[in-house]
Amino acid sequence: MIRWLMVGIVVGSTVLADLLQSHEMKRNSVAAEDLRPGRLGGMLRGLARRVPLIVAVFFMAISFFAFMKLLSVAALSFAVPVSAASVVLETVLAKLVLKETVTGLRWSGALCVACGVALLAM
Amino acid sequence: MSVGRAVADPIQPQQIPHRRIDVKTKVLTAFVVLTNVLGNFAMSWGMKHQAVELGVSPLAYIRLIFSPWVFIGTSLLVLWLLSRMTLLGWADLSYVLPVTSIGYVIIEFLGRYFLGEQVSWQHWAGTVLIMIGISLVGLTSANTTQQEPS
Repeated sequence: MIRWLMVGIVVGSTVLADLLQSHEMKRNSVAAEDLRPGRLGGMLRGLARRVPLIVAVFFMAISFFAFMKLLSVAALSFAVPVSAASVVLETVLAKLVLKETVTGLRWSGALCVACGVALLAM
Repeated sequence: MSVGRAVADPIQPQQIPHRRIDVKTKVLTAFVVLTNVLGNFAMSWGMKHQAVELGVSPLAYIRLIFSPWVFIGTSLLVLWLLSRMTLLGWADLSYVLPVTSIGYVIIEFLGRYFLGEQVSWQHWAGTVLIMIGISLVGLTSANTTQQEPS
């Protein structure tokens, strides 16, 4: 029971973190020029003030600690393939929530990657 | 009759050469993968070779964070987080997730090279599937929404 609860927390918080980051960064993306060393400080200060990004980092931390807990109650060969399922779930949500165009080619790619990660964990 | 532009028009996103945007996205993708792989590897190496006994005292954890390998790993993972955020502003989430999965394959090979482990058929199959998946996603446009990097 506890391991499925942890799986739910890991997948749920990873998905929420990625959706929040993607939505916020698309709304106000960083220009390539801002990645120059002289402008990096300003760019970092700008990112640190954006609430959705702070919430996203909070969800990433939850996901990290839940994954640690999952590893303590389940084998790595269970934990990694199950969390790889988030790739497929996030692709579905990217289409539904972020309105991305997910073609057949991209669906096939996401499925191949999720299966590949599952095999690597065996 | 030639008509000149009265004022200098700002460059619109659609006027930026698509190839330039694509190259920048690919370079940043490579940077995201590299910082993730090296960061995780340095963290893992540091944790395995740490001389600090971890207990309930927070001092031990602080000492561990400032040990060279763990510090390098943490710094690289902070860079990974920031560069991935930037990449998510330039490319679709459904593009970034599969493409950056190449990191799993590189970590596998780094682990095998440094730890000398055997490669099973499942691992080869997994590696091949990930590579096929990345190639398929790589054939699609990185950004299908309106925003483009400048």
